[in-house]
Amino acid sequence: MRKDDTPNQDRRHALECMLWGGSGLLWTVAGGVPRSSLLGTPEAHAQSAQGGFSFVHISDTHLGFNMAPNPDPTVTLQESLERAKSFRPAMMLHTGDVTHLSRPGEFDRAAQIINATGIETHYAPGEHDVVEDDGKDFFQRFPQGARTGGFYSFDQAGVHFICLNNVTNLQAGKMGMIGAQQLHFLEQDLSARSASTPIVVFAHIPLWVVHEPWGWGTEDSAQLLRLLARFGSVTVLNGHIHQTMQKVEGHVAFHTGMSTAFPQPAPGSRPSAGPIRDLPPGELRKLLGVNRVTRVQNQAALAVVSSPLEG
Amino acid sequence: MQSRRFLLASAPALLAAIPMAQAQQPATVTIDDHDYAPRELRVAPGTKVVWNNKDDTPHNVVSTDNPRAFRSRILDTDEVFEFTFASPGTYSYYCSLHPHMQGRIVVG
Ligand SMILES: [Cu+2]
Repeated sequence: MRKDDTPNQDRRHALECMLWGGSGLLWTVAGGVPRSSLLGTPEAHAQSAQGGFSFVHISDTHLGFNMAPNPDPTVTLQESLERAKSFRPAMMLHTGDVTHLSRPGEFDRAAQIINATGIETHYAPGEHDVVEDDGKDFFQRFPQGARTGGFYSFDQAGVHFICLNNVTNLQAGKMGMIGAQQLHFLEQDLSARSASTPIVVFAHIPLWVVHEPWGWGTEDSAQLLRLLARFGSVTVLNGHIHQTMQKVEGHVAFHTGMSTAFPQPAPGSRPSAGPIRDLPPGELRKLLGVNRVTRVQNQAALAVVSSPLEG
Repeated sequence: MQSRRFLLASAPALLAAIPMAQAQQPATVTIDDHDYAPRELRVAPGTKVVWNNKDDTPHNVVSTDNPRAFRSRILDTDEVFEFTFASPGTYSYYCSLHPHMQGRIVVG
């Protein structure tokens, strides 16, 4: 990727992230300076093709939703999974809202469609998944976090992955919440890791404040960031807001993913956060899709590239 | 669902005509655009309150009291939740899917 980092800048400090916008531009952000190159150019190709280990981030599949602008999200889920498969990912992370209404049939349909890809998938719960009966139907199908109530960690290809649940026991007027139990787990879990281990944290609600009036943030994310402060490469992947958003803070790169079901408005741009119903024809698939995440050798930060179904 | 909506819509007219029947008539909170309308509803003891989700997003109705005075299942579009308030008091609630949505029922 970029070879012109300033000489006195530790490579670990040169956080880079990439995303494809709907315009077909490949953006590279290095040291806070965005650069773009047209898709299909050699530079763009080189940037996207590097690296051995890659996985897909998918979110907000909302099976059971059946209104404008997308009467059948199973179709767009299947299209998203075709896109995911084309990347030949090592695995997939789903950052929640698998279903719309937490109904058993919705969970079964989602599990059936996603399992058919053969891609190993790790799930974080969304509030739509665990709103009834302490998430019984979610954890029955996706048992990885069942014992703890939704948090766990694992290692793959030298990267340490942490799944958090910040959607249970939401308090009136408040944003998402990690809670003392999970922060304690995290402290113990991270204590054995060296500072050079790349860390990926995934959870449903954004782990930074995107828009407080809509609850788009996490109350106790500052405590999480303190625990992560000594690590050289931290990538945070979230869903919930049904649009891509990025932020880099020190060694921590925050990314949200698109939904595969319906887009939501930019923060504060409409009276409420409901689905964007009045999309012009042909626009829906430009706003749905997946993220591809790649570990590029000799780069500390993971490259996160958003890939809409069209455009 | 259509007939139920008609009944609810006609409730205010009945109230005006027969004030003595007030406690027997259900009162309605409409959920739309990620909000409860009205956010504060005043009713007499014994009144049944009906929350009607007219939004294209699912919501619920969860008491903030400990222990909770009431809690609905998740309400899809056009689904309703009913609760009858027997005792005077102020009952605050919120949507546990969208916690910035808050309302209260004042019974007295
Ligand atoms: Cu709600």
